[in-house]
Amino acid sequence: MSEKLLMKGNEALAEASIRAGIDAYFGYPITPQSEILEYFSKWLPRKGIAFVQAESEVASINMVYGAGGCGKRVMTSTSSPGFSLMMEGVSYIACAEIPCVLVNVQRGGPGLGTIQPSQGDYFQATKGGGHGDYRMIVLAPNSVQEMADFPGLGFNLAEKYRMPVLILADGALGQMMEKVEFKEYKRWEADMSWATTGKTPDREANIITSLFIEPEVMEQVNLKLQAKYKKIEREVLEYEEYHTDDAEIVIVSYGISSRLSKKAVDLAREQGIKAGLLRPITLWPFPTKPISDLIEKGAKGFLSIELSAGQMIEDVRLASNGRVPVKHYGKMGGIIPAPEEIVDEIKKMMEEK
Amino acid sequence: MLQEVIFAGFGGQGVLTIAKNIAYSAMLEERETCWFPTYGPEMRGGTAGCTVTVSDKPVSSPILAKFDTGVILNQPSIAKYEAKIKSGGLMIWESTNIVNGPTRTDITNVPIPAYKEAVKLGNRVVMGMILLGAFVQKTEAVKIETILEVLKKTLPERRHNLIPLNEKALRRGYELAEAIK
Repeated sequence: MSEKLLMKGNEALAEASIRAGIDAYFGYPITPQSEILEYFSKWLPRKGIAFVQAESEVASINMVYGAGGCGKRVMTSTSSPGFSLMMEGVSYIACAEIPCVLVNVQRGGPGLGTIQPSQGDYFQATKGGGHGDYRMIVLAPNSVQEMADFPGLGFNLAEKYRMPVLILADGALGQMMEKVEFKEYKRWEADMSWATTGKTPDREANIITSLFIEPEVMEQVNLKLQAKYKKIEREVLEYEEYHTDDAEIVIVSYGISSRLSKKAVDLAREQGIKAGLLRPITLWPFPTKPISDLIEKGAKGFLSIELSAGQMIEDVRLASNGRVPVKHYGKMGGIIPAPEEIVDEIKKMMEEK
Repeated sequence: MLQEVIFAGFGGQGVLTIAKNIAYSAMLEERETCWFPTYGPEMRGGTAGCTVTVSDKPVSSPILAKFDTGVILNQPSIAKYEAKIKSGGLMIWESTNIVNGPTRTDITNVPIPAYKEAVKLGNRVVMGMILLGAFVQKTEAVKIETILEVLKKTLPERRHNLIPLNEKALRRGYELAEAIK
């Protein structure tokens, strides 16, 4: 077994990316994720790996576009306002089918907001953000261990499906320290023959572009992307269930708020309340069917716990499809509710049902 | 065993570092642990705080509203955290610089003149370690020997000459706390 270390989420993510064979990192500092950039700035040059502190987030994402187009394992990381700046590039990358791993360590918005943790970027992460019909696989860690596990998984998925994979964390996960183990990494074989690594006489030139002026051609590009997204919806899904077997009220919660929710479930169970937790680990694809299946198992209501005004709740409602009540509880702007407040919400739902 | 602690003081007093020593020691003792710092504007000149959870079970929420123990290094943090200590909990505070200690009677009050004692030991920087020794005596969350092992792992080799001084400080804090029932 590998050695256990005590690390910040941001540092663990950076170290894991190195172990997963990152070829280049491009970034611009912003709290609460600057430790990612700092860790890379210290270690990548020593290992002969490209590190660039770009002049802005717009530059970072376009450097990712270029280096990713060469078939390299590339990453950028930022926090909410910086991720907004990257949206144009993300749309281009999705259209041009460039594998890359993006990291958004969310902070409170909108606007320049606050540097405290938040989950207000769910819509941006899962419903587009950039323009056009595109998707990203979105991984939502809830521990320092998962901050370390997901970069390697992200690179593998990105290369397998030729698309951007987003790790959606938050300021708490980035800043807190926990025990972490770096497991032996298995790199998946991927076909990288599309990459622009220099034309050889035996094939046509590889071209990377997101510009297709002819609508008939652009339609075909879209149809191909959508077929890929359907395939991913069949093949990729990660979620965790906690005390859901006999649960009457099921909390749906991801990232740091799933940790608060887990404690709330424990506190509710101590009081004899049948509460459970379903934690989406992939936010896209979303665990629609597992949530729906819980209604058959006896769930009488869902409580979406998010550090937002209620964004993921829309996906929980779609999964419930009107069959049981779906409520939201959360705080905004960097404020974090206590698990006890979540228990009160569970009780309210129990009374109403 | 579950110990939820808040460490708080001025930025630069070493609050995050002493808290990290506890989290690291807990890990070496095969316990579950989580260290969560304030990283907002308050660390840029104001009060810095850091919560540490030490538990036999996986830590659910790293963010806490109530604490078993407070280790308090400055006056503003007494006001900020006194109300957040659980009933029957513990407040360890630095009594050379803090004039007004906690007033609650349902918590154990542990004033430690850590600054004065650190000066006596010849280096005021070890003030935090004296408080840490008191914390270990009162909570038994980790062992002093483990903290020393952590210092060996986290301090650069050229600073290992400071470990004996840190050990003295830890043991002095332990003794001072032992005298307070």
